[in-house]
Amino acid sequence: MSRRLRLWLLGVGGAGLAALLVAACLDVPAFGRRSHPYGERAVRASLARHTANVVSSVNFDQRAYDTLGEMSILFAAVLGCVVLLRQAGDEHRADPRPAEVALPVRRYALLVLPVALVTGLYVIAHGQLSPGGGFQGGVVAATALHLLYLGADYRALERVRPTGVFEVTDSLAACSYLVLGLAGLLAGTAFLANTLLPYGTFNTLSSGGLVPLLNAAIGMEVASAVVVLLAGFLDQAVEIEREKGS
Amino acid sequence: MADAVIVVALLLTAASATAAVATRDPARQALVLAVLGLLLGVVFTVLQAPDVGLSQLAVGSALTPLLIMLSVRKVRRRGKEGDK
Repeated sequence: MSRRLRLWLLGVGGAGLAALLVAACLDVPAFGRRSHPYGERAVRASLARHTANVVSSVNFDQRAYDTLGEMSILFAAVLGCVVLLRQAGDEHRADPRPAEVALPVRRYALLVLPVALVTGLYVIAHGQLSPGGGFQGGVVAATALHLLYLGADYRALERVRPTGVFEVTDSLAACSYLVLGLAGLLAGTAFLANTLLPYGTFNTLSSGGLVPLLNAAIGMEVASAVVVLLAGFLDQAVEIEREKGS
Repeated sequence: MADAVIVVALLLTAASATAAVATRDPARQALVLAVLGLLLGVVFTVLQAPDVGLSQLAVGSALTPLLIMLSVRKVRRRGKEGDK
């Protein structure tokens, strides 16, 4: 394709996009108005299935299929990072030196670590009840673990974080989401349909049918995916070196 | 009253986003990005979307800056190895 044709194509595409955006913006509802047709229907559907957090109900019940796609994107992205950041043939692993950590930093990190970890797990466990859920709690729990790198050093972090175990957990969690979806199919309803389990008492941990289970699967998947991702980056930043003379 | 809070939060977000673009050193930029993530979290919470606010807080102000810092460290170390 010649340069001129490419520019022309870009111009047409850009003009079309701009026209569509302007047309869409002219039709946007006013800021902060009272009627929310979609919101009202979502809240009604969520309450009918005893899920207190409507956002979780949308994520793991009404649009659970969307969440499957998002989870696959994260899984594929982390898989790509692991492949890209692996140790290449002309690189070797240098043992990280024990690092000196200032005492206030060490105290703060080791004090906050358990609190942050429990907060993450709490956010995952209460996904169907209060704001948050598997994704948010998973990221909090996974990053909390890395306070150990701040408070101690990389060797301490490596000891509590066997990358292989987290890689397997990541895949298992992704599979369990699929299996929970297929269970609906086997029971004669639809893929990821929330009709198998009893809905329970409103605003208790076990309410919402399939929602807490899918939420837990996502929490596990995201937490281990973030740990594996950060492990790839940390290995590159701290341990892996290029061979001398290459 | 609520509108005033929204306006302030949006202005602060715009200011820190501009600061993030204006900062040239990637390591400093990561810190400014963390502040931007925090402010975006405030915006989402003020607009009554605490779920999104939490995601933004976890990813925008912890995970992304951390990944940038680690990449910067790797690149600088590579540069040093090349000098030897």
